[in-house]
Amino acid sequence: MIDVQDIHKSFGDAHILKGISTTFEQGKTNLIIGQSGSGKTVFLKCLLGLFSPEQGNIVYDGKKYAELSDDQKRDLRQEMGMVFQGSALFDSMTVEGNVMFPLEMFTKQSTSEMKDRVDAVLKRVNLIDAHHKFPSEISGGMQKRVAIARAIVMNPKYLFCDEPNSGLDPKTAILIDDLIKEITEEYNITTVINTHDMNSVMQIGEKIIFLKDGLLEWEGTKNEIFKTDNEAVTNFVYSSDLFKKVRQMYIQEQN
Amino acid sequence: MNYLASVGSYAIMIREVFKKPTKWRIMKSLIYKEIDELIFSSLGIIIFISFFIGAVVAIQTALNLTNPLIPRNLIGFATRQSVILEFAPTFVSIIMAGKVGSYITSSIGTMRVTEQIDALEVMGVNSLNYLVFPKIIAMLFYPFAIAISMYVGIFGGWMAGVFGGFLTSADFITGLQTDFVPFHIAYAFVKTLIFAFVIATIPSFHGFYMKGGALEVGKASTTSFVWTSVVIIILNYILTQLLLG
Repeated sequence: MIDVQDIHKSFGDAHILKGISTTFEQGKTNLIIGQSGSGKTVFLKCLLGLFSPEQGNIVYDGKKYAELSDDQKRDLRQEMGMVFQGSALFDSMTVEGNVMFPLEMFTKQSTSEMKDRVDAVLKRVNLIDAHHKFPSEISGGMQKRVAIARAIVMNPKYLFCDEPNSGLDPKTAILIDDLIKEITEEYNITTVINTHDMNSVMQIGEKIIFLKDGLLEWEGTKNEIFKTDNEAVTNFVYSSDLFKKVRQMYIQEQN
Repeated sequence: MNYLASVGSYAIMIREVFKKPTKWRIMKSLIYKEIDELIFSSLGIIIFISFFIGAVVAIQTALNLTNPLIPRNLIGFATRQSVILEFAPTFVSIIMAGKVGSYITSSIGTMRVTEQIDALEVMGVNSLNYLVFPKIIAMLFYPFAIAISMYVGIFGGWMAGVFGGFLTSADFITGLQTDFVPFHIAYAFVKTLIFAFVIATIPSFHGFYMKGGALEVGKASTTSFVWTSVVIIILNYILTQLLLG
């Protein structure tokens, strides 16, 4: 579980996060949504420890990040997996090398043990024959799956995903969403996803927080998002005609 | 003020490079890879340029020796002094600032743009140690490249002098051996080692702290070449004054 307590973050005169408090629960897919410039990426980078908030606390299962020593922070980071928007795979390494990288860096496993673990996670993300290919030789969807495999290879307690569906076709996007949800439940991890994709919101949003101008404007579940009267949320989520119709149908069904 | 802030950031970067070392098993393979990419892959251009510059120095000296009282073996002497004292350590380092420096800036800059550096940081890896330390160690082999440059430069001078009909081979070799000061070799290698550190770290700094996209990677490479060259030229002056002045 990640408990976020009143965090503030500024860059120069720009006050990006203006006091966000929320809780991300274990074993659930937690989604952060909001318009571009609402502070989603800065918020996610604060959760990852890449940015230090000026005020407030982020507590990971009882451990306050700001109070940890450098070594403890490094240990905590090894419990985090991250799937970046552009996958962020290492160009100079094969798929196998990318997934094996955290194991090589932080474990004392033998090469055969590492290879077995890499085989297992690549199989888990449905990538069987790509071990010796380089990231430039595989599709965007496959790159995302390699990034997920790399993120879970160390059995993380926390999984963060920044726009995991961006640049993917709708079918692959659904596959990636399902995979993240399955992994979250299977490994019982705390998953936080930063997304613009409303299909993801409807499909896997067990908890959704909506950021607006650096503030937490709304939070709830995917069912609650249908019923909410919050104008900012409805304007954002139901901006397309398709989603407006889906919402009307849902409300009619409920009545 | 910005320049001062950059100098401070550079100093902090250097300190971070030597903190929290990466596992030796991984670091060893990174160092081998960097030696291959920074040193071995540069030997071709170093040999090519050294040969022709040495040849041109010999020809220019020969063409300017109009006084019959000045011995022809001065061509060998002048080639040796030019190549060992300045051409090989300084001129080649500026070429390397372009070739190796822009490679370092663009490769690290691309990793920054594509969030690969963020990925390292999130995993708990000291990205500066992982990326920059192997380059610094690989550049410790740079004096070997400069030794080859010295040899090839003098050989180019000999070829141009002898086959151009400016002097005999014996004259050239006599010139090479005239007033030889072994400390000049030490001076050249001290300069080379310091320039090697500059070539490894300034481009890394520009790549690591760059912001923006692909266009900015190109701009960062150009900026890093300019600053690496400027620092080499200034250090060359200071080191020459300190070691030979």
